[in-house]
Amino acid sequence: MSDANDGQRFDRLPATADEREVAGRATRHEVIEWWVDRFGLPEDTFDGYTFWEKGAGKIWIFADDVPSPTDVEGLGMTFLRTRQEHWKPTTNAVQRFGRAAARNVIVLDPDEATRFLAGEDLEPAWDGDWGYLIVAHEIAGGVEPIGVGLYVHDELRSVIPKGRRASLSPPE
Amino acid sequence: MTPLERYESLVDDVEAFRAACDRPLPSVVRVNTIKATVERVREALDEEGIAHEPADWHPGVLRLPEDSPGRNWPHAHGWIHGQEEVSNLPAQILDPQPGDRVWDACAAPGSKTTQLAALMDDSGLLVGNDNNLGRLSALRHNAERLGVTNLVVTNQDARNFSLKPLGEGSDDPATVDAFDAALVDAPCSCEGTIRKNPDAFDTWSLDHVHSVAGVQKGILRRAIQATCPGGTVVYSTCTFAPEENEAVLNHVLQEEACRLVDFDAPLDGIPGVTEWEGEEYDPSVEKALRIYPHHNDTGGFFCAKLEVGE
Repeated sequence: MSDANDGQRFDRLPATADEREVAGRATRHEVIEWWVDRFGLPEDTFDGYTFWEKGAGKIWIFADDVPSPTDVEGLGMTFLRTRQEHWKPTTNAVQRFGRAAARNVIVLDPDEATRFLAGEDLEPAWDGDWGYLIVAHEIAGGVEPIGVGLYVHDELRSVIPKGRRASLSPPE
Repeated sequence: MTPLERYESLVDDVEAFRAACDRPLPSVVRVNTIKATVERVREALDEEGIAHEPADWHPGVLRLPEDSPGRNWPHAHGWIHGQEEVSNLPAQILDPQPGDRVWDACAAPGSKTTQLAALMDDSGLLVGNDNNLGRLSALRHNAERLGVTNLVVTNQDARNFSLKPLGEGSDDPATVDAFDAALVDAPCSCEGTIRKNPDAFDTWSLDHVHSVAGVQKGILRRAIQATCPGGTVVYSTCTFAPEENEAVLNHVLQEEACRLVDFDAPLDGIPGVTEWEGEEYDPSVEKALRIYPHHNDTGGFFCAKLEVGE
């Protein structure tokens, strides 16, 4: 087993630091702990999922399992960026799993939500943590995550990827 | 002669067929049950003043008579996906269950793949394959937007698809040696999409029909080989040419251990044809379903269900 990350294939994350063989690779335990600590998700949210690294620090979540390593184009969903100072969740992971979040969720008003989706930076009222937040709004009787925002220096930066940004038609 | 005139001897109501082919298709979305319920999507569309009505055969298929599917909040959340009404049929017919291992042989851009994932409750193993790397990025984009986590994306020629990347032959407990079910939504001459793509006939030729039929035979044979005995393979195209439909079924019935089975079709259509231009096909190809645009005011479609033998 090589001790370097091979960015061209999927490798299952080690369960814990004791089982880590590739330097700098996040463990399953750390990844789950990060989501639970940062966003207050229930501890059992990710039971049954496997976690994989392909590319430097790009973590994927997969609902099933396959032998590791595996050479395919995609395995589940891109989930989290590690190997950088602050770990960053993906928009799609936040939309999929963020509904259960209990903290670091900022709920925007309708106008702010529309501007955030279009990629605009905002200055909403927020007295919680700095860093990556789950950005949400009220729709159809509930709070729904839109994506990821970076809150620094009293500013909420939209980090919705270009391919997911949208200008919504104004209501009739 | 246009390609459509070629099939008038097969059509039950030629006038209605011609008239339907000249009308544009309505905008239709499928509710993505991985992320939302039909009720919540309808409430969200109401909040934005977007008119919607369910298809009478499926509450999760919504027609948007005045809107395009992409510029609204339900779309931004991945709650809905623009998908032509009739193209919702093959995944319904395949009817995969949570926990199954399913192969979508020609998956990009992923409308039917993501529908399969939703039918599986995003659990089990879904392999979405396509031979075109560019189209795979569309598949991955759609799958991620819709919140699919049980999808393995592969880039192979489906005709000789290898299970080696999934561990075939190893003793790893996570190895996949065969699938429970497969969908072959085959590349085709797309005659049935004329209402959506008015230039679909610009590149039509009989040579292309024969050439693509050869590819279809290869893919369907491999799907049957890669599926467990007793498993299900659904074959679909969006075209009318019997060379690409019944003749392909006739070929695999001769070459592989499989049989055609009956299925309950929620959309109107007529049985497969057993002869065409001097060729006779296995009588069981009548179990397939031909859907013409005038039957349900949709695109044209062909769908067949096969059971894999020993």
